[in-house]
Amino acid sequence: MTEQEERGRRASGMSDKLAARHFSAYFGQLRAIHDVNLTFPANVVTAIIGPSGCGKSTLVRCLNRMHEVVPGARTEGEVLLDGEDIYAPEIDPVQVRRRIGMVFQKPTPFPTMSIEDNVSAGLRLNGAALKRPERDRIVERSLRQAALWEEVKDRLRRPGASLSGGQQQRLCVARALAVEPEVLLMDEPCSALDPISTARIEELLFELKARYTIVLVTHNMQQAARTADLTAFLYGGDLIEFGNTRQIFTTPARRETEDYITGRFG
Amino acid sequence: MEGAGTVGRRQARGTVGIFLTALCAGAVAAILLLILGYVIREGGGALSFAFLTQLPHPVGVPGGGVANGIVGSAIIVGLAALMAVPIGALTAVYLTFFGCGFFAVTVRFLSDVLSGIPSIAIGLFAYTILVAPLHHFSAFSASFAFAVLMLPVIISTAEAAINGVSREIYEGGLALGLSRYSAIVHVVLPSARSGIITGVVLAVARVTGETAPLLFTAFGSQFWELNPNNPMAELSLQVFTYAISPYRSWHEQAWGGALILIVVVLLLNLGARMALRPARRG
Ligand SMILES: Nc1ncnc2c1ncn2[C@@H]1O[C@H](COP(=O)(O)OP(=O)(O)O)[C@@H](O)[C@H]1O
Ligand SMILES: [Mg+2]
Repeated sequence: MTEQEERGRRASGMSDKLAARHFSAYFGQLRAIHDVNLTFPANVVTAIIGPSGCGKSTLVRCLNRMHEVVPGARTEGEVLLDGEDIYAPEIDPVQVRRRIGMVFQKPTPFPTMSIEDNVSAGLRLNGAALKRPERDRIVERSLRQAALWEEVKDRLRRPGASLSGGQQQRLCVARALAVEPEVLLMDEPCSALDPISTARIEELLFELKARYTIVLVTHNMQQAARTADLTAFLYGGDLIEFGNTRQIFTTPARRETEDYITGRFG
Repeated sequence: MEGAGTVGRRQARGTVGIFLTALCAGAVAAILLLILGYVIREGGGALSFAFLTQLPHPVGVPGGGVANGIVGSAIIVGLAALMAVPIGALTAVYLTFFGCGFFAVTVRFLSDVLSGIPSIAIGLFAYTILVAPLHHFSAFSASFAFAVLMLPVIISTAEAAINGVSREIYEGGLALGLSRYSAIVHVVLPSARSGIITGVVLAVARVTGETAPLLFTAFGSQFWELNPNNPMAELSLQVFTYAISPYRSWHEQAWGGALILIVVVLLLNLGARMALRPARRG
């Protein structure tokens, strides 16, 4: 275990939920992630920051085996979920993704589905035979968790695409929560949103971390400083520094981190 | 620095260019309207309730209609769509989601080539494999030829429609823990539905006007014929038969049949356009 990781672990005082071990990711010949070791403790928001193109999206997509969906993409190393390697040959990526949910940069409500159908899509289309009241209960619970219920409770049958951008993103959060994952990966969930919607999502993170392990990718350092307990700085596919958010932002150990957070590049 | 003369010349050239393009566009519209006007003038008189609902009368007996041809067209085109739509849509799914290698490139190329093969050649092919060995003409063999004609249209429009559904939607489904099958069938295909339907409608419009492949497949019939295993009447085939006949009354009926064909194709294209319009939000 590296010194950085040790620092992160001590800072959180929590058990490890998810961990990347000697993990590398490739797009054909291009190596986008290089031998990363990173631990995500349970019930903590861990931010991944770094300049555009440094591999943040690639890294989180590796954490729920979405990376391999890209043609020509491959990986090396392990990702441990509760100590078990999700890349082990006998593991079904579909099962992994049910336990590790994801929200993308761009809100992606399913265009042909109503608000409630969007929320229940993961359950319905996975073949769960849900009775109507049960489904309604899950839809309401998920929308409440995503702080969207009050705004949409009177129009659950309207198309998901009829919502504003910020509402669509919270709909995607609700959709991800409806399948009751253990980990929630969020890849720049606010980059397409206005400041008010951004504030709502950030409040949401605070509430959600009581129940979930959250990985938040952001290129917005203020956002990381506001919401994350731990912060990892990624640069050029390498993990440069990982630790307590306050420490990263006030007394970074590495020169590259300091240059980045003081705005000298990126 | 440019002189005033250069600018003036360039502006003049621009004006002439715009005028030329407008002239060509106008000519195209005029040709279409002329054809439509002429067909209405020649065939409008033939159109009547009886024309649409009666069987053809023997030569010399006035009146009669093309009802069997209309029904035959619907049967032949419908059967063709039944064959071409699932195969075309599944091919498009394969090409967009799983095809990145040599095989997919080849399939796409062959599909493009297929769209350029003259329909009469495809009719001959259907004759060779479905008519000659069985020793009789049949509506089914015509449907087969039409299905081959429809395939490239359906494949390319469905592929474009599926590509138009952003990859993010597909990945959004996968990230929810859906299998690839589920994500494609329940998320991507419904989102591409209007585009796929448009392709089908355009393909139907394309074959509705075809006559050549029918000459030695459906062959035509003077009677009510609903069995696809038998020769069957078809509207464009009737137009052809009537038009080359020496009888004045049949000529008018040929124009009437042509008018029906044009209206049907026009409506199909209009319908496809409406479906292609981006859905309004809200
Ligand atoms: N689909 C892809 N195919 C090939 N290269 C890619 C693809 N997606 C990302 N990359 C490359 O991988 C590197 C990391 O990209 P990404 O993870 O998207 O960075 P970030 O999210 O930090 O902006 C970049 O160099 C990018 O060009
Ligand atoms: Mg990114």
